[in-house]
Amino acid sequence: MNVDRITEKLNILADAAKYDVSCASSGSKRKNENKGLGNASNGICHSYTEDGRCVSLLKILLTNHCIFDCAYCVSRKSNDIKRAAFTVQEVVDLTINFYRRNYIEGLFLSSGIFKDADYTMERLVRIAKKLRTEHNFNGYIHLKSIPGASDELMNEAGLYADRLSVNLEMPTEAGLKLLAPDKNQADMIKPMGYLKNAIIQHTEEKKLFKKAPIFAPAGQSTQVIIGATPENDSQVLQSANYFYKNFNLKRVYYSGYVPVLADKRLPALNTSVPMVRENRLYQADWLMRFYGFHVNEIVNTQQPHLDLDIDPKLGWAIRNMQTFPIDVNKADLQMILRVPGIGLLSAQKIVSARIFGKLNWDQLKKMGVSINRAKYFITCKSNEFERRDLTGNNIKQFILAASQSKYLKNAQTQLSLF
Amino acid sequence: MTTTLLYDGTFEGLLTAVFEVYEHKLGYVKLAKADKHTKAMFEQVINVITDEVRATRVLKGLKLKLSPMGVQRLYAAHLAEMDGEENILLGYIRYAFDAGQNIEEDYGNKFVMRVSEMVRMVRREKHRMEAFVRFQKLKDETFYATVEPDFNVLPLLIRHFKSRYADQRWIIYDMKRLYGVYYDLHDTQYITLDFATSNKPSEVMAAFCEEEVIYQHLWKSYFHSVNITSRKNTKLHVRHVPKRYWKHLTEKI
Ligand code: SF4
Repeated sequence: MNVDRITEKLNILADAAKYDVSCASSGSKRKNENKGLGNASNGICHSYTEDGRCVSLLKILLTNHCIFDCAYCVSRKSNDIKRAAFTVQEVVDLTINFYRRNYIEGLFLSSGIFKDADYTMERLVRIAKKLRTEHNFNGYIHLKSIPGASDELMNEAGLYADRLSVNLEMPTEAGLKLLAPDKNQADMIKPMGYLKNAIIQHTEEKKLFKKAPIFAPAGQSTQVIIGATPENDSQVLQSANYFYKNFNLKRVYYSGYVPVLADKRLPALNTSVPMVRENRLYQADWLMRFYGFHVNEIVNTQQPHLDLDIDPKLGWAIRNMQTFPIDVNKADLQMILRVPGIGLLSAQKIVSARIFGKLNWDQLKKMGVSINRAKYFITCKSNEFERRDLTGNNIKQFILAASQSKYLKNAQTQLSLF
Repeated sequence: MTTTLLYDGTFEGLLTAVFEVYEHKLGYVKLAKADKHTKAMFEQVINVITDEVRATRVLKGLKLKLSPMGVQRLYAAHLAEMDGEENILLGYIRYAFDAGQNIEEDYGNKFVMRVSEMVRMVRREKHRMEAFVRFQKLKDETFYATVEPDFNVLPLLIRHFKSRYADQRWIIYDMKRLYGVYYDLHDTQYITLDFATSNKPSEVMAAFCEEEVIYQHLWKSYFHSVNITSRKNTKLHVRHVPKRYWKHLTEKI
């Protein structure tokens, strides 16, 4: 093995892949079969980058050669950078050896487009196939589909990969036209539609025949870049909602645009990464997926942008003061979930524990409720509760004053939720 | 008057102590580890001698009062070996026996709440170890890792590593508690190693296979390449990977 050459390739091709934010390795239930290597079940972060993001997969490009010229991408054709390409065997060896040392959960493979979509996709699929069939590898594999790849290749990819993703890149078609003139949204939506149907079909077959092959058990996801084009949060979230609903997506990832290239269509190079906005979008996304919020409750024509100072749940609560306060000893779970300062786990604990007796502030605190925020919105077994008739704006000011450092200065990228 | 029960720190010992409490109808009791206890004047002390038959009887009784998960959680909380916390476990068990219904979700109760916190701490440590174990391949093809977990979680790790690395021999060694787990492609067993007590990197290095250095080097390069400098957030980084774990992490050495 030529160590220097491999190291150089790894540096170039990991560097080029890092702007794809997804590193999730959960949601698959692939078991270790016939005493092979690995399993994909839990989704472990094996390390964290110095910017605090989870490192779970070996995330690389097969090559950064590309025939396209997407403005936001470091690998675009017109960018003068070092190019490299791995061989199929090199990717297989790296994956297996990293995996055996417990560095990673598996492989996240993507690629620039060389020659054409199918030519590129075929190589990605070949790597996944080799790992599964020759190395009995049961770890996690995420393949990024190349827009425009044929249905046959997508089908084969689904048989070996745990997750497939097609990146929408821009929240709207107009945004895409502007920055990625070689791409069109139809080329991205077609494989998404194919995958959706194939996943449903294989799940049905699996119910009938135990031996039926599993197909992309961790489903499909997508990524949109935010802050490169002028879409507002309402457009971003409405579009995410559309894809969740119509293509059964497991996740939509929001990637704050990192200015890497000078281009008059893009924000200037010294623009900072919109990390707070990105975090707020993820919080809003969680509200839609786990907390029973409808997208229109979070953003709408009157509220096209998320408030950067406060999380979207608190934002919703202070716009809807007429709903509060609620009694945590009586209200149903759906309502408790809507209280700022109460997360999924504490909400469930409250509902289980109150059967044994009414709960007071102290007990709520022990269950993980953030009293400083929740106290404006709930009552419990105590005579102490917020009696002043505060407006939503008062509450926002109080909470901000009490949590200055936490919510404003230390804006985080990996989710810290409510 | 409070009676102090001295036990040996094992789970069976704890269960035997519970037996004594009910056998002698003791009201106020305090549980302490025998080797950590110094007797105060006038203190009434009972030495609990761990007894498998009695422990099993208590466990049987517990299984009628708690779900299988509940019993497992109790065991996990015991593994934490947190000082003074055995009294919480004792309180929990007594509450479980004396209550008419299953109390596992009674988070308003201080014992139930504290046990759930302890379980959360042990689980977090278990997850950390599943993430932070770094195997190094030795010349004889065994994959070797050293760890220093906050709690004694090695027994909880076996299932995960055995099902994941079914086709390679491995050792995970706890440098704090000086014992390890060895998987020989069929089964696991607990082991103690002599050379591990010195653990000079130079001695272990000699046993590495040749490609080990290469893959460690590649992993470090990878780790540096994926960093996005314009997003740097050291505080968040250290919260996810606390400094005390760094010395066993290849990418942080
Ligand atoms: S097709 Fe992909 S790799 Fe090529 S320039 Fe566009 S985003 Fe970059």
